[in-house]
Amino acid sequence: MSRRLANLFHGRPRLQAGALLAGPVGWLVVGYLGSLALLLVASLWSVNAVSGELVKNLSFENFETLFDEPVYRTIVVRTVVIAALVTLTDAIVAFPIAFYMAKVASSRGKAILVVAVLIPLWSSYLVKVLSWRNMLGGGGLIDWVLEPLGLSGPGYGNTAVWLVMSYLWLPYMILPIFAGLERIPNSLISASEDLGASPFTTFRRVILPLTFPAVVAGSIFTFALTLGDYITPKLVSNNQFIGNVVFNNISNNLPFAAALALVPIVVMIGYLLVARKLGAFEHI
Amino acid sequence: MRTQQANPARTAWLIVGGLLAAMLLFAGCGSSSSDSSSGNELKKVGKGEGSLDLISWAGYVEPEWTKPFEQKTGCKVSDKIAGTSDEMVSLMRTGEYDGVSASGNATARLFEGGDVDPVNVSLVPNYKTVFSDLKGQPYNTFDGKPYGIPHGRGANLLMWNSDSVKPAPKSWNVTMDPKVAAKYKGKISQYDDPMSIAEAAVYLKAHSPDLGIEDPYELNEEQFEAAVQLLKEQRSLVGEYWSEAEKQISSYASGDIQVGTTWQYQYFLLKGEGKPVAASPASQGFLPEEGATGWSDTWMISSEAAHPNCMYMWMNWIIEPKANAEVAEYFGEAPAQEKACEVTKNPNFCSEYHAEEPAFWKRVYYWKTPLADCGNGSEDCKDYNDWVQAWTSIKG
Repeated sequence: MSRRLANLFHGRPRLQAGALLAGPVGWLVVGYLGSLALLLVASLWSVNAVSGELVKNLSFENFETLFDEPVYRTIVVRTVVIAALVTLTDAIVAFPIAFYMAKVASSRGKAILVVAVLIPLWSSYLVKVLSWRNMLGGGGLIDWVLEPLGLSGPGYGNTAVWLVMSYLWLPYMILPIFAGLERIPNSLISASEDLGASPFTTFRRVILPLTFPAVVAGSIFTFALTLGDYITPKLVSNNQFIGNVVFNNISNNLPFAAALALVPIVVMIGYLLVARKLGAFEHI
Repeated sequence: MRTQQANPARTAWLIVGGLLAAMLLFAGCGSSSSDSSSGNELKKVGKGEGSLDLISWAGYVEPEWTKPFEQKTGCKVSDKIAGTSDEMVSLMRTGEYDGVSASGNATARLFEGGDVDPVNVSLVPNYKTVFSDLKGQPYNTFDGKPYGIPHGRGANLLMWNSDSVKPAPKSWNVTMDPKVAAKYKGKISQYDDPMSIAEAAVYLKAHSPDLGIEDPYELNEEQFEAAVQLLKEQRSLVGEYWSEAEKQISSYASGDIQVGTTWQYQYFLLKGEGKPVAASPASQGFLPEEGATGWSDTWMISSEAAHPNCMYMWMNWIIEPKANAEVAEYFGEAPAQEKACEVTKNPNFCSEYHAEEPAFWKRVYYWKTPLADCGNGSEDCKDYNDWVQAWTSIKG
């Protein structure tokens, strides 16, 4: 039996590859593309307000609501802007940390720093957000620290969401940049210095271009994770993000939730196309 | 070695094509939605199945009366606490639960969705002595059949921080009138649910009589817009929209929130912790001068209940005089069981909570599902989908 099977595959590279990939590709098509297609179809249905039963007549009503009601535009813009801000903040904060880890720290220090960056990922997401909720609350840690300076914390709101998300997703930005920097040979930096470039010029002309794809790769994580989160906004603000509205509609208006869920998908496809242009996938 | 770069345009078209093909496939199939076969009531309560999965409001399923139930029936109770009626409905629609303590804004939806079965009340001996003004109500009786066992009733509270909110408010204007409420900017807590629109409508019913609001859940275009407008003005003053009881308790305890809507559960818990909170006196049904929205809750049995015998035993147990008195006193609501009034720890509990005065409850507007058809022949009222949409745009 096994010999026959072996004979069957012998000298047929396409069949070999096909058998090897059937599982994962099948999973991708059914589990991923299939559910996306379902989402698309569901977004064209509507729902009976009382019984919650799906009315399976195709119409674009949900998308009309989505475009006509100004509130949804506000929510989409708010979500995308916060996601962009979180990404930018993380890139700026992560770069020096990653640079120190990759180029300055001793190998022992490097190991310690990698663990330090990873440790927050071991604790529960909710614990982290709830701690921030306490710190940001009136009379919380942040108010207490700022009080001697005559200032007060941002309280709950968009600023709080931005802060918490930036904190939450920072490791996802540090690690790709760290990996990207590790790949740059130190000799390139020395060569740049030998040719008389100032540290800033070296950074601008040598390091940044070589690590930019890594930054873009990290930004995909921070951007996508912010785009989809709904628990943080619920806990540290009163503002609605795309995820909150999807969540609120899931029980009584699934088709509308599906239509809204397509928005981040479209945004993400656009983002990935831009990231691709910027070369984020060249080293994967 | 770098693999040959795929042509991006071709890949993209392949994906789009695949999606379209899959979409057509699904649309073509269009699973025939089988009408849920509700309407099968139990004929006889048999031996318990050993466990019971419930969905309830916070404070409805507590060890004090659940432990004795487990000992007596052998039905091990696991309880899932829901924060809103929407959550209850979506949990019930999973079919994983045996029953739910549904409020009036969930019952009709559960019935129409075929998620619940009628209750054979002859198998629930304690039902006989439930207050008669709770039986056969539009929110617990459909097609002339009882679809649940009344649990208890009460009004949503206006709660405030007694240290900072003085004098004690007598009206909802501290949260609803933009001029008065401005004093508590950022310290107001509003329930995060479309039912808040009814709260605004209760306020408008008293203060803008020219709108002609009769029932705060049956609002025509003009009345609805007025209520929504009021809440939009309130938006900038709200410190927090809450739907989890625990979240609200922490906000009051820290002082971040000082006034707003709440439930008896949070109020008594905070009082028990010695926090400076107050509400209108219980003897006035906690009611501010306009009246209030409220609830009359019903234990319903799922049409897919895996443990129907245990659920029937539970429905009988929760209106057993002693258990019903315990849950009513624990939560702070009027019991559904007449005889519960004889065994409450506080002998005056039922009179304080007006359990025996049907007339009192006229000023408590029980949550119910808003429907387009509000009984005037024309379908000109806003339905629940409109309420949900409006609530989204209020929060912005």
